[in-house]
Amino acid sequence: MAMTTVNNGVNVQALLDAREALKGAPEAAKFTWRASCKWQNGTHSKTKVQSFFGLGQEQQHKTETSCEADHPEVFASEDHAITPIEYVLVGLASCLTAGVAAVAQNRGIQLRSVESKLEGRMDIRGILGIDSDVRNGYDDVKVTFKIDADASKEEIEAIVAQSQKRSAVYDVITNPVNVTVEVA
Amino acid sequence: MPLKRSITIEQITTVVIGAGHSGLAASRCLTARSIDHVVLERGETANSWRRERWDSLRLLTPNWQSRLPGYQYDGGDPDGYMSMREVVEFISRYAVVAAAPVRTHTTVTSVTPTDVGYTVTTNTGVLRCRAVVLASGACNVPSVPSLAQALPPDVQSVTPFDYRNPGHLPDGGVMVVGASATGVQLADEIARSGRAVVLSVGEHVRLPRTYRGRDVLWWMDASGVWNQRYDEVDDLMRARRLPSPQLVGTPERRTLDLNALTAAGVELVGRLAGVRDGQALFSGGLRNQFALADLKMNRLLTTFDDWARVHGRDGDVDLPERLEPTRAPSSSRLNLDLRKGEIRSIIWATGFRPDYSWLDVPVVDHKGYLRHDGGVVDAPGLYVLGLPVLRRRKSSFIHGAEDDARELVDHLITYLSTTAYLAT
Repeated sequence: MAMTTVNNGVNVQALLDAREALKGAPEAAKFTWRASCKWQNGTHSKTKVQSFFGLGQEQQHKTETSCEADHPEVFASEDHAITPIEYVLVGLASCLTAGVAAVAQNRGIQLRSVESKLEGRMDIRGILGIDSDVRNGYDDVKVTFKIDADASKEEIEAIVAQSQKRSAVYDVITNPVNVTVEVA
Repeated sequence: MPLKRSITIEQITTVVIGAGHSGLAASRCLTARSIDHVVLERGETANSWRRERWDSLRLLTPNWQSRLPGYQYDGGDPDGYMSMREVVEFISRYAVVAAAPVRTHTTVTSVTPTDVGYTVTTNTGVLRCRAVVLASGACNVPSVPSLAQALPPDVQSVTPFDYRNPGHLPDGGVMVVGASATGVQLADEIARSGRAVVLSVGEHVRLPRTYRGRDVLWWMDASGVWNQRYDEVDDLMRARRLPSPQLVGTPERRTLDLNALTAAGVELVGRLAGVRDGQALFSGGLRNQFALADLKMNRLLTTFDDWARVHGRDGDVDLPERLEPTRAPSSSRLNLDLRKGEIRSIIWATGFRPDYSWLDVPVVDHKGYLRHDGGVVDAPGLYVLGLPVLRRRKSSFIHGAEDDARELVDHLITYLSTTAYLAT
């Protein structure tokens, strides 16, 4: 097999080094992610994200990101931005895609393109309180990847499977998590 | 005041703890090298095979693979799988054949380091020795996740140590947690007894019982996969904590994978992720668990195919085959109300862990695992046998003890000879 340099733009060595370093320092591995939200008007809100905690100290993203959310006109809203539940698809798609790139890099597989389409099915009778047996959120989420890479179909399937296995967003969607909401 | 009886301290070169197949294999190797030793056993030989197994269990390995140093199966059914009674006979006979110096009903209560070795205290006395071989097993305590504490009180919690047969469970539905060999065997047996069974499936290892007409463990052996050394394994920590493969030893050599369980009426749900307000909550990631196990199995079968082709063995076996992918239920339940009486007992097939509570040597990490390099424990003169992927992938199987015991006894003898002059 010809030796070629695989570059998916992921610094896998740094990740592997971090993995080794954090084995002996479990406290440093504890991160806290944050967001601050402000109501605008109607169902429209703005959420800002910049600071987080990790590796034992306060950290900052290079720039602050502002995310707006609203609801569509069919919900009698002004549709300033996408709905919050659509942000869940954004999170899942970007998390799995990052995982695909990292796993491919670690396995020495060059990616040419990675595209995915996501569909989350939801019955709005839940949030409207029409039927208490209908849940509020998604009852089914489907992700379809289209990947062009120097790899067999089975290798690509294995990358996608491993990406799910190590995805934070996939985990938090598929498994229960404690949520505390308080009024300060 | 004079003591009623004086405490005699016995001096011996090596103490082996545990008279199962590993401890007896070590004893045989020590005897062959003329190292004086004793084998201390809390119960009788093959104790955990006698007392800590369910009624129907048979070995996962075929009889012809049952071999120990200087000893092997010589019965008339090489392709069969031993029942527990037969395993106990097999191991007990080995203790006699190998003339192992076993002291039964001798429970070790502590092992402490000294300047020249160890002090081993038991319920019957005290021994001073230069080396200790831990062969007390990998499965001393069933691992039960902490979420078991949140179960409603009328659901009975059962470990594989408590379980004997379906008749001993309370009437009603049963949830089995974990799809290891233990989990699939118990789910199958309980479903066949006419109970409703829900099986919670996390990470698992799928294997067919036979592949291309041969026992899948014949392939593991012949292709060399089982001989892969611990220092050649990519992710050793993961390999050592992998659930046991979904296999069962039956006369008809049937495959017991999740498709077989679905056909038997077992309901598959995702990994048990929590119990909240009496509700069992299951992961929605079941499909990916299936995909991972199917991919890994197919990679292993491809390894076998490649080996057969390269070594000219295609003529000895049937044509390559591929199993049907694991069938995902159209929708799996994400929660189950444990207060409604549908499930009356839960069996924790969530693995086992060794018990080193009596080992007063600082060699156990924060997760309860021994720090060792291929069985050479991180303390002079201390060795361990019989743990998963200890020195090879086959280490925790009966025939895996042979190479490991020989190599570790070699190491032990080198240790004794290089430190002998210090001991005086």
